[in-house]
Amino acid sequence: MLSYFIRRLAGAIPTLFLIIAVSFVLVRLAPGGPFDKERKVPATVEAKLIEKYHLDEPLPQQFARYVAGLAQGDFGPSFKYPDRSVSELIGIGFPVSLTLGLSAIALALAAGIGLGIWAALRQNTWIDYLCVGTAMLGIAIPNYVFAPLMTLVFGLMLGWLPVNGWGEPRHMVLPILALAIPQVATITRLTRASMLEVLNSNFVRTARAKGLPEMVTLLRHTIRAALLPVVSYLGPAVANIVTGSVIIEEIFRIPGIGRYFVQGAINRDYTMVLGVTILFGALIILCNLIADLCYSLLDPKVRYD
Amino acid sequence: MTTPQFSAMEPVLEVAGLNTLFATPEGDVRAVSDVAFAIARGETLGIVGESGSGKSQIFMSVMGLLARNGRASGSVRVTGTEILNAPVAELNRVRGARMSMIFQDPMTSLNPYLTVRRQMTEVLMTHKGLGEEAAAQASIEMLERVQIPEAGRRIGMYPHEFSGGMRQRVMIAMALLCGPELLIADEPTTALDVTVQAQILDLLMQLKRDTGMAIALITHDLGVIAGLADRVIVMYGGRIVEQAPVRDIFRRPQHPYTEGLLKSMPRLDEHGVTRLQTIGGQPPNLQNLPSGCAFRDRCAYAFDLCAAERPDLTSLGEGRARACHLPQLGEVA
Repeated sequence: MLSYFIRRLAGAIPTLFLIIAVSFVLVRLAPGGPFDKERKVPATVEAKLIEKYHLDEPLPQQFARYVAGLAQGDFGPSFKYPDRSVSELIGIGFPVSLTLGLSAIALALAAGIGLGIWAALRQNTWIDYLCVGTAMLGIAIPNYVFAPLMTLVFGLMLGWLPVNGWGEPRHMVLPILALAIPQVATITRLTRASMLEVLNSNFVRTARAKGLPEMVTLLRHTIRAALLPVVSYLGPAVANIVTGSVIIEEIFRIPGIGRYFVQGAINRDYTMVLGVTILFGALIILCNLIADLCYSLLDPKVRYD
Repeated sequence: MTTPQFSAMEPVLEVAGLNTLFATPEGDVRAVSDVAFAIARGETLGIVGESGSGKSQIFMSVMGLLARNGRASGSVRVTGTEILNAPVAELNRVRGARMSMIFQDPMTSLNPYLTVRRQMTEVLMTHKGLGEEAAAQASIEMLERVQIPEAGRRIGMYPHEFSGGMRQRVMIAMALLCGPELLIADEPTTALDVTVQAQILDLLMQLKRDTGMAIALITHDLGVIAGLADRVIVMYGGRIVEQAPVRDIFRRPQHPYTEGLLKSMPRLDEHGVTRLQTIGGQPPNLQNLPSGCAFRDRCAYAFDLCAAERPDLTSLGEGRARACHLPQLGEVA
């Protein structure tokens, strides 16, 4: 198991290298540069800047310099925020995004699994139809539609919650809801479908035939098996939520990493964009690995060695 | 729940007026119609019929395992206790304890995510109130009785680490943990290799001799019935069409359908090349059964009365009964 984990991590290095190389080239291909401003800086100043950030070197040499820095954990200096390194900025923004994302996932899991199980146990009743109908809405409506709507209703009309900002728990409510709703919907549907399949399975019939108490049949035999698809969905979903909060952070003015990403892209802050891309890539790889490991703990047919 | 009366004459299972309906969008499907029979202590009853004859659904009704859209009415008594449509908690005191069931597909009937140990001990812990260790010990002994080698080690394994035949042995061991008075075996060997089939059937019979339990053996294979059953019930279109001691049914079937089944069995003692006989036509549509006898469209002897009136199951004496308008049939050559 441990050796499998290490091998998977080692296998992620080429993937990560590819991500770095492709994004490095792509970001340079974008027209414009980090020092293009509405008001042109004097040519001598620009030349100095270009020299300072080594942008005058051939591309392969810049790439080598960048990768060498990365190997030492240095994401390089930000082009946009002088005197601050990308590592520093990520260190400020990432914890915010992580808090937001993990809270949303926790909410989505609790609500999604609960609703999914409830709907399956009440199949073809109004409870089931309500859960499935609401889930359809949650999937169909993107969160950048939900977010302003919720701001309008709870922030402006009812005045219950602040429309933006960060720092207090009440600032977190709307963004977490906006991030969680589509996930609640997906997890509800996934859990419900999987529950229905397991409820009709032969081994649950066997559990009933053995005369086990309903609760044992439900918890030990049904729900455990029904949650496997949710676990495999969760790996990519966690990565998506944490990285996908870009839009939500923009809408609610949250100082998370998503905003640095967007600003970085607009300002051609090469190192910033690269740094965040690499972080997201690593996060997706890690989440998938963790999901795989959880899966192997739940399903004895899947054993890694 | 009343206290069961253990009189010698009392049957282990008594089914009366059993009707099982499935609600479908196209209307109700009548899977079991007016079925009544009893199984005596220690008896092996064979239930024969083709797919869709209702043979399995009788016992799904008995065990309270019908699909969600199924409803059963009538009476089912296990050693005197009425259990049909009883509250689940009451039903759970009977199934798995006094009455157990094993199924056709051992590959999917065990929970793939739990060890055999967990799946066995939970039965004893539920019904007998044993502790984890005592339950595990009793489970190992039961696995040894069904001839699983290295039971002490293998009990910690998961179902996918066992072969099909071994999984069916595990199912049998699980069913017998509480010493049931009735074992319902729903096509227990259909999914297995022929050589393994014989081993499992031998094992069942040996366990029956040792424990004195009754067995309800559901099968479409008359060959299995011939070797094992004391008495046979033949099902067609959701009804019992014939009922007889096993020897009689092979020698002198009294229903044209039974006769057809017997004739369509391949025989090794016939020399030369003979075409295997089949029963022409299709099994009846349970949603829309024809008037009169359900078998008449496929019956070579059908006459006017068969379409006009459904024959009731009537006794022929000597423990025999049939549902047919014909005069009694002669012996099969």
